[in-house]
Amino acid sequence: MLSIKNLHASIEGTPILRGINLEVKAGEVHAIMGPNGSGKSTLASVLAGREEYEVTEGEVLFQGKELLELSPEDRAREGVFLAFQYPIEIPGVSTTNFLRTALNQVREYRGLEPLDAVKFLSLMKEKMALVEIDQKLLSRSLNEGFSGGEKKRNEIFQMAMLEPVLSILDETDSGLDIDALRIVSNGVNKLKSEKTATIVVTHYQRLLDYIVPDFVHVLYKGRIVKSGTKELALELEEKGYDWIKEEVDSTATV
Amino acid sequence: MSTLTQPTFVSGLFEVLPNNFPSLRQMGKENFYAQGLPELKAEEYKFTPIAKKLETSLTNFSSANPVIISEEQVKSAVFAGFDGVVLVFSNGQYLPELSTSVEGISVRLLSENEATPLGSIAKAEKDPFVALNQATFTDGIFISIEKKKEITLPILLLQFHQANEGQVISPRIWIEAGDFSKASFIDYSISLDDTPYFVNKVIEIKGGIHTDLTYHSLQEENNQVVQVNALVTDIQQDSQFTSTQITLSGEMVRNNLTLNLLGSNSTGNMFGIYLLNGKTHVDNHTNVDHTFPHAESNELYKGILADQSRGVFNGKIFVRQAAQKTNAFQQNNNILLSEDAIINTKPQLEIWADDVKCSHGCTVGQLDEEALFYLQARGIDKITARGLLLYAFAGEVLEKIEEESLRNLITTKIQERLGSKF
Repeated sequence: MLSIKNLHASIEGTPILRGINLEVKAGEVHAIMGPNGSGKSTLASVLAGREEYEVTEGEVLFQGKELLELSPEDRAREGVFLAFQYPIEIPGVSTTNFLRTALNQVREYRGLEPLDAVKFLSLMKEKMALVEIDQKLLSRSLNEGFSGGEKKRNEIFQMAMLEPVLSILDETDSGLDIDALRIVSNGVNKLKSEKTATIVVTHYQRLLDYIVPDFVHVLYKGRIVKSGTKELALELEEKGYDWIKEEVDSTATV
Repeated sequence: MSTLTQPTFVSGLFEVLPNNFPSLRQMGKENFYAQGLPELKAEEYKFTPIAKKLETSLTNFSSANPVIISEEQVKSAVFAGFDGVVLVFSNGQYLPELSTSVEGISVRLLSENEATPLGSIAKAEKDPFVALNQATFTDGIFISIEKKKEITLPILLLQFHQANEGQVISPRIWIEAGDFSKASFIDYSISLDDTPYFVNKVIEIKGGIHTDLTYHSLQEENNQVVQVNALVTDIQQDSQFTSTQITLSGEMVRNNLTLNLLGSNSTGNMFGIYLLNGKTHVDNHTNVDHTFPHAESNELYKGILADQSRGVFNGKIFVRQAAQKTNAFQQNNNILLSEDAIINTKPQLEIWADDVKCSHGCTVGQLDEEALFYLQARGIDKITARGLLLYAFAGEVLEKIEEESLRNLITTKIQERLGSKF
């Protein structure tokens, strides 16, 4: 589904990603872990199309299409979803209004009829239950004055509404208490299917108790330096990242 | 004094004056000569070189005569959903045969009512453009709201403008509202073609005690039009006055808004949106004068400026010594969409009372790129996303407009503009 080959990206001339290779197949959950500043969030942003990052080398194929050639909105319409680490507050735009605009643009791109108000509301009700989000929250301005947990639940709610093929969760667990973490993870798990894939970007192993990965990759200095199964995450939890850093740094000097 | 302009264009205008209000016109002339057009460096017109603009725009030194307006033109100008009184004007001249009325309102030509104390609220000695209008207005309108009448239907003043190139249009409006009355006006000015002209309009509003008056103004004239508009109102005790100023086009537009709070428990609201592109230049000068204790003023102007447009906002708040317990709020926010757009914004507070709450703030920024990306990342195309964000920015002012048909009209106009042009 997703094939990243030798991806290099930089911001304002500073290289952040230095040759990422990653294959993600339908039905899989991949966790990207790594110490702060290793490039995890950059990878998520580059995949979603954030303009500040310049891709200097490499290619990304998503369902056979050159992902990097597409505008951010077309990536979303093709089925890429980024759950933001820091969801943006947008005063004056209600979640409901915004999502209806988004959903209908996505549907139009996919050759589907737009949803009328009634159908949209019933779909919303169905998806709201998934992340235990209150309708009152959704009639308010997008994320404005939402708690950290409410913002993250709203991200997963949007994901549920847009039914992406590939979901990228960027540090979705940061700042969540255990209850919120459970709700968010449940939502993600219910949305998983044989046809979809998930990339979970996280610093901590804790989230992976709830969203169990098929593969775990460790990112360090802009490269994937180690890949394994969920046991690798547990090892990292126990031993920290230093041993990996040492391993990589010593080979680099040789 | 602008030596180039003044003799030619003023003497041309002053040559043929109507016979009514002779002494008032004479005073207008004298006051105009005493003040002259604002010089280039005049503080009040520092960013709006109106005299210079008039020199180049005014090529025909005469007042525009009324043109014939058809019923169809009126029909197509009255916007969807509007249900109310329609007063039709052609180049400032009231056209009773095309207008409607409702019980509780009396509408007359100013020439039929020479006792009207014109100039007692908008004072010729304080403003050369008011003086010029006072000397040259062709005719105008006198609107009176009966005491204790709450006019629930909105009153639409449809101002059709069409002049020979470079002519002057001088509308004059006098509104008085009896005690305990309520009324809402919508002043909608429309150009019938793309010919340049100069509108110099004066509106005086005299409210009784315990009145609730609203004056909306929607400016959508052609991009060659130069305008100076004065709206001056006296607000008595226990009364509320709300001004909403929406400007969408024009070449150079100057709006002078003055609210005199002349009683306790009075409220003055000043709201505005300017959505500018091309080379449109819009200057909103507002002035609220608190003279009695326990009065309140609220001001919120929002600007979106694209291309090489220019905006000026100057908000004066006076709080006189007697005006203790005043609450005065002012806010001006701007989004610049291009590197060539300019905004000059200036709050100007003069406070002599010591027990007051006054706040003011102005911001100038660009469109929030993070927010834009967030919307795009959900599948919304860039133009729609931009429109959503800008519309939300202006929304805070739009939601203050209680008249639904007008709010819908402005909403549609803004959305059209944001969707296509921006």
